Amino acid sequence: MPTLHLLATSSATPTIHTPHVDYLSILPMVIMLGGALFLMVASSLFRKILSVGTGTLVASAVSIAALVAALFQWHQVSTHGAQVTIAGAIAFDGFDVFIQIVVAIAMLLTALIGDGYLRREGVEGPEFHVLAMASASGAMMMGAANDLIVIFLGLEIMSIALYVLAAFNHKRAESGEAALKYFVLGAFSSAVFVYGIALVYGATGSSNLPQIADYLSRNVIASNGVLLAGLALLLVGFGFKIAAVPFHMWSPDVYEGSPSPVAGFMAAVAKAGAFAALLRVFVSSFGTVRADWQPIIWALAVLSLLVGAVVALMQRDVKRMMAYSSINHVGFILLGVETATARGVSASLYYVFTYMFLVIGSFAVITVMARDGDTGNQISDYRGLARRQPLVALAFAVLLLGQAGAPFTTGFLAKFGVVSAAVDTHGYVLAVVAMVSAAIAAFFYLRLAVTMYSPVGLVGNAADDGGDDEASAVAGPVGGDGAVSNLQVLTDAPPTEAVTERGLVTVPGLTALAIGVSVAFTLVFGIFPGPILDFAHQATLLFT
Amino acid sequence: MATSTAFPYLTVLVLVPAIGAVLVAVIPRHAVAAWFHEALGVAVTVVTLCVAAVVAFKFKAGYGGFQLVSDHMWAKDLGIHWSLGIDGISLFLVLLTAVLFPLTILGARARRDPRSFVGWLLLLEAACMGSFVSLDLVLFFLFFELTLVPAYFLIGGWGYARRGYAAIKFFVYTFAGSAFLLVGILAVAFIHQSQTGVLTFELPALMHTHFSGSEGVLLFLAFTAAFAVKAPIFPFHTWSPDAYAEAPTAGSILMVAVMAKLGTYGIIRFDLNLFPQASRTLAPLLLTLAVIGIVYGALVACAQRDLKRLLAYSSLAQIGFIALGTFALNSQGLSGGVLQMVNHGLVIATLFILVGWIYERRATWQVTSLKGLQSPAPVLAGIFTVAMMASIGVPGLNGFVGEFLILIGTFVAHRWWAVVATGGVIVAAVYLLWGYQQVFHGEPTAEDAKTRDLSWNERLIVAPLIILIVLLGVFPKPLLDRITPSVNQLVVHVDQVTNTKVPAGLEPRPVATAAPRHDPSLAIAAPRPPADPGSRTAGPTGGTP
Repeated sequence: MPTLHLLATSSATPTIHTPHVDYLSILPMVIMLGGALFLMVASSLFRKILSVGTGTLVASAVSIAALVAALFQWHQVSTHGAQVTIAGAIAFDGFDVFIQIVVAIAMLLTALIGDGYLRREGVEGPEFHVLAMASASGAMMMGAANDLIVIFLGLEIMSIALYVLAAFNHKRAESGEAALKYFVLGAFSSAVFVYGIALVYGATGSSNLPQIADYLSRNVIASNGVLLAGLALLLVGFGFKIAAVPFHMWSPDVYEGSPSPVAGFMAAVAKAGAFAALLRVFVSSFGTVRADWQPIIWALAVLSLLVGAVVALMQRDVKRMMAYSSINHVGFILLGVETATARGVSASLYYVFTYMFLVIGSFAVITVMARDGDTGNQISDYRGLARRQPLVALAFAVLLLGQAGAPFTTGFLAKFGVVSAAVDTHGYVLAVVAMVSAAIAAFFYLRLAVTMYSPVGLVGNAADDGGDDEASAVAGPVGGDGAVSNLQVLTDAPPTEAVTERGLVTVPGLTALAIGVSVAFTLVFGIFPGPILDFAHQATLLFT
Repeated sequence: MATSTAFPYLTVLVLVPAIGAVLVAVIPRHAVAAWFHEALGVAVTVVTLCVAAVVAFKFKAGYGGFQLVSDHMWAKDLGIHWSLGIDGISLFLVLLTAVLFPLTILGARARRDPRSFVGWLLLLEAACMGSFVSLDLVLFFLFFELTLVPAYFLIGGWGYARRGYAAIKFFVYTFAGSAFLLVGILAVAFIHQSQTGVLTFELPALMHTHFSGSEGVLLFLAFTAAFAVKAPIFPFHTWSPDAYAEAPTAGSILMVAVMAKLGTYGIIRFDLNLFPQASRTLAPLLLTLAVIGIVYGALVACAQRDLKRLLAYSSLAQIGFIALGTFALNSQGLSGGVLQMVNHGLVIATLFILVGWIYERRATWQVTSLKGLQSPAPVLAGIFTVAMMASIGVPGLNGFVGEFLILIGTFVAHRWWAVVATGGVIVAAVYLLWGYQQVFHGEPTAEDAKTRDLSWNERLIVAPLIILIVLLGVFPKPLLDRITPSVNQLVVHVDQVTNTKVPAGLEPRPVATAAPRHDPSLAIAAPRPPADPGSRTAGPTGGTP
């Protein structure tokens, strides 16, 4: 589209002008994509299959390089202000750089976690890291895109790599099934998205976001059916990518089937990219017609909040539970989108950033806990973990509490930010719904946490699911003697049989590092929130 | 309106137990002796108690404003401050918390996994302390919510047969209430921002926000929803008998004695300060709920066969009294309410510890399966009697002073509510004495006769509580000296705001005419140092123009 546009304006000369490329503005994604290509080419040049370790090494180095480039960009943007580069296709502003940083960190953590997973599952080769880096570069492009076509480009780069990643563990049938589901629905949503772009182009005459905004602010469209249909289709496309209810159907199955590190990556990176584009398109381009789309986002937010929280309660599989919990988090982030204010955008960004650590850290623990062949994903597998491996349990408990929004974790401030943005625009109903859903959600996070902290030998624990509770209530103490025997059970009988049955899980060093970083981030910036809040705030100020 | 100190005593007060909790979590079980974590817990809570004692020592009596204030920006973009301060209303709740935690760790030990148990208790103490001294609404909310997590784990992890159900019910109820609180807090701050241009959550600043009538009422209801669930005030109490009964003894003690006070404290601190007009308007509603709570709690307690549930319902009645005094909205009623929070905390803690010990000996709380414990365990029976008498409100023990002030304050302002509430006092005597009779009187069965009396350790644990119960009963002056100025300041604030908005002469009159009449009662409450800065010394509200 940009080239077409240039042709139209400079029709005097017959040559096609290629726009000037400001490489700094796309440096992180160039590094990321370059890293992916390098690793892919390198792996084909050697006769021997490159080891997993090499892939991890390259991916980590590339992620760190992208991160450094993004920090340099941040410096550039803070001193020189926001600008639009490459013929208006790329927005080089604080918002963009914020997303680059989020994605680069997410990629780094995923590379570390993936290493342990691939070794354990015996999947050879660097392809995992190649695909992850490609996908990350797509998400980065979505964050930087200033044109609907570029957003679509980013979306596809990100998604296609993710389809393959979902299928990555070819030894598990579920993995392939998940990938197929994700692919079919994802491709369908992409098609809807493109159609949305076409309709918006038809209604406004441009696919460039500032030009759309400009057109809408200057003109009142008398019959805006085409524009609204375009908006709706764009929302459907975004809704699929962020997994907002009612476009969430794929996500539990895909999370359950995908390799756990991929599920974490999906929840963090795909959401970061899609939310970045969603915020940019709707808040900045369609800001003038916000009265038309706010009710839709409102409904998506309420549905995601409630369905995510309530259905997560019923899950026995941790990965499915995390999928629904992630839908619940989407509802919260949508709260910030719905307000369409600077406060809301800033709160959403903060949420995306902090949630990235929470969800990747959580899936790192889930990766470790799943053992060989991804088998140990039932909530009951976590029983007594605190006794066997207190550090793993403690880390997971912190991450779960962070997701629940417990005070003095980043999760609380994230929820606080979006809810306060909603209250600021008098969205009291939305705010109360969000808080109620947080209460419901807190419950299943705590249930999992209690499960980890309850000994295997203990009957009728709070953390247990319905069926067990019934049995234990019968088995449990009723009168005086029962209580004594219960005391004996509680104090004397160590949960030996369970320990020997399940055994200890091994936590690879790199995974432990990733978990440690996530936990430290969650706690440190939960207690000293200033820097990150300021970061998100600055990013919003530098929003074009 | 605040005095500042160089040394952040209150921050230390919150941090000591928090650091203790972290230490307990970090030091692995196998690295140290089995008793180590409990000992550490006791040490940390005793240090906290010492800090609280220093705070009480530093606290200037006769001054109504916030003291020992420390104020730091915490999250600049969100306008949240780390703002702590203490006044006469919160001082004794802090002391109560500091006294009860070490005794609880000693007196109600865990049946298993003492390390996690102590860790959760320390976290709970930090959260309770933080709630009582926070002056920033969001900070308060943080601590207020933080209490839920340890309480949930304590019930769920160490509770009795139906602990799972009780823990979930407790959590869902209180969290649902808090949902409204957070939205209310945010709405208050944004309304304040729209009026002044400053986004802040600090109570002293927000106190002067002007709310339109319906705004005030709605926000008052949003705040009160959370506090009423936490307290609990009828009809939001349905979670409490289950939670109190199924929780381990330590959980019951701390939930009833300390956490319940967060609700009533929140009403006094936030509802009255922020929404004086709405508090005045809705006082009859809250008074009615309080009275229903008193009567209903007492009547249902009569029907209980289970000692813990009996105490749970008696607490509902006692909390009703506190709410009654609060919404009398005069000096006597509020002072009585604050005092009664402390008194009820001490008494109910003693009773729950004793009931816990009875369970340790006999593995039952059923009134019907206990009989004649008096003869094998005379000391237990004696201590139980003292605590029970204090709970009934027998003169000379602490329960009397608070109840008396509350009833006077209410009688002056809202006569008929006081009359009905007095009926509740009588019913309280009925269920407690009946319960006592069943358990301690009569011929002990063979099994009952073998019941061990209190050991010396146990006697030492309850001794401080009994001493305080008696001491505060005969000599409540030091407390009232400190409570009354703060309460007076609050009452003046409420009157000023309501008078500027309501046509004059509507509210203060009954109080003004009644003020001289209860001078005899003020022989207890009397001591008011002359010429206080910032606090009024005369009859509470009468002199307001």
